[in-house]
Amino acid sequence: MKKLRNRQTGKPANNGPAPLCSHSLRDVENHYCAGCGHGIIHRLVCEAIDELSIRERVIGVAPVGCAVIAYDYWDFDVTEAAHGRTPAVATGIKRVRPNNIVFTYQGDGDLAAIGTAEIIHAANRGENITVVFVNNGVYGMTGGQMAPTTLAGQKTATTIHGRSLRREGYPLKILEMLSVLPGTKYAERVAVNSAHEVLRAKRAILKAFKMQMEGKGFSIVEVLSMCPTYWGMTPIQAADRIKNEVATFYPLGVIKSC
Amino acid sequence: MTKKLLMCGNEACGEGAILAGCKFYAGYPITPQNELTAYMAKRMYETGGSFIQAESELAAVNMVFGAAAAGARAMTSSSSPGVSLKQEGISYLAACEIPAVIVNMQRGGPGLGNIGPSQADYFQAVKGGGHGDYRLIVLAPASAQEMLDLTFLAFDLADKYRTPSFILGDGLLGQMMEPITIPSKLQPKEYQKPWALTGCKGRKPNILRSLLLGDGALEEHNKKLQLKFAAIKDAEVHCQCFNTKDADIIIVAYGSVARISKAAMEAARAKGIKVGLIRPITLWPFPEKIIEAAARTAKKFLVVEMSAGQMVEDVRLAVGDKAKVSFYGRMGGGVPDDKEILREIETLI
Repeated sequence: MKKLRNRQTGKPANNGPAPLCSHSLRDVENHYCAGCGHGIIHRLVCEAIDELSIRERVIGVAPVGCAVIAYDYWDFDVTEAAHGRTPAVATGIKRVRPNNIVFTYQGDGDLAAIGTAEIIHAANRGENITVVFVNNGVYGMTGGQMAPTTLAGQKTATTIHGRSLRREGYPLKILEMLSVLPGTKYAERVAVNSAHEVLRAKRAILKAFKMQMEGKGFSIVEVLSMCPTYWGMTPIQAADRIKNEVATFYPLGVIKSC
Repeated sequence: MTKKLLMCGNEACGEGAILAGCKFYAGYPITPQNELTAYMAKRMYETGGSFIQAESELAAVNMVFGAAAAGARAMTSSSSPGVSLKQEGISYLAACEIPAVIVNMQRGGPGLGNIGPSQADYFQAVKGGGHGDYRLIVLAPASAQEMLDLTFLAFDLADKYRTPSFILGDGLLGQMMEPITIPSKLQPKEYQKPWALTGCKGRKPNILRSLLLGDGALEEHNKKLQLKFAAIKDAEVHCQCFNTKDADIIIVAYGSVARISKAAMEAARAKGIKVGLIRPITLWPFPEKIIEAAARTAKKFLVVEMSAGQMVEDVRLAVGDKAKVSFYGRMGGGVPDDKEILREIETLI
């Protein structure tokens, strides 16, 4: 996704790929690990914004977690938010600027642990915002600890023998939880482990933004994403794990649409 | 035309916010500030602003963060235990330089405490409260009228300096009903907010952040914040002095207690005891120079608070060894009356 640059001179490398065609995605190197899904998801969000010609209306809310400096990669108005308060910040922005397109970009720690109250109540109020929820089942930024979405048996820095359902409880299915709320108007789970799934993810993100533009209310897209570093896998193994393990527990597809 | 109304302090605070052009309020129920939340629910509806009863104090302050980040004048309020929850958001507001107003109608603590009036959150309001090096502009009203006037001022100061400002009241002030005068030509100042998130049409994108990972970047940001706080300290000290010139004993008290202390001062004067009163209106910046100057002539200071002794530390710093500083305090919802304070004065003679 990035244009290769000479690290000393900062000039484009001779053999670099063609420049980006997204206006909303800055042409800079990112800090994500090899095989991480964030780079793809950033690009999908930006492509959707460009295709809808809403870059000048968009206000993004960046989370605490691996995507904490997403504003270094996005070329539109962005604010940070305290950990998990992301939907509350987005609510405040949208209420005073209803004509802007407001979205949050949150990881599973931000949204499904520390910010559970904020996401449930933003959805329940039917806030006309869009949420991009990146579920990779670990806390990447802090060293691979267990997330609420960590699968049973999965080894993390804080579940060294694997997540025990008796000890640590069950992985949270946030989208299924939110879809019982009348305020949630659109909830779809997608993945970015293959070209086919990436295209589906793009369509879902586009749809979620369109829902907001039409004033339909709360829309959320959960993206199953790879974390090869803290899954202890190669990027290809991590992509395979999404298909073979993660998506069998977190089923892909539209959970709710109205 | 000037309007006269009968209002409780909580409602007066809300009206001050409305007059200042507040367009967003988020709050959560807690006694003794519930009249303010209810008043904002009504007045936001009437004036076309947004009111949200948030799921928590954390959410409320972060909604205010969002609304203020988008350029609107925004406010949240609570009482002591709820304000503890807001500290995270307050630190972020200060760090991201987002102007907003936070109100604390203090109640007895620590813990859940009780719903009686208190001034035990002075340290929290004035010394930081949340994490990191920051200051809040802290205003301490002493009447329902000032709940209105100082809330109006708090919005101006917040916008002027791009920083959160804070109203430190107490349950007594919030509940007490008094006549309020609303001046006819009260117009809020308009501040340009080129930093606000409004969509990047026709300009470069705006980013609001407090995470600065670059080598030395956060230290530079902190230096910039400290310069701003220094400018506030130079320009925004507000204070009232009564009978301090010939006073042997000077009472220092703020908020409700300053009013009670004034009655004690007058009773002492009637008995021929030369007592004065210094009432800080801004608790930060603190009127340390005024207190220091008074300490050159007064022999003794008596600090009265509804706490175990918090502001007294700042008075001691200002007075130094120029005079003796005594303290009288009530805690846990206890309110001193003028006779108690007079007795304390008499023990100092």
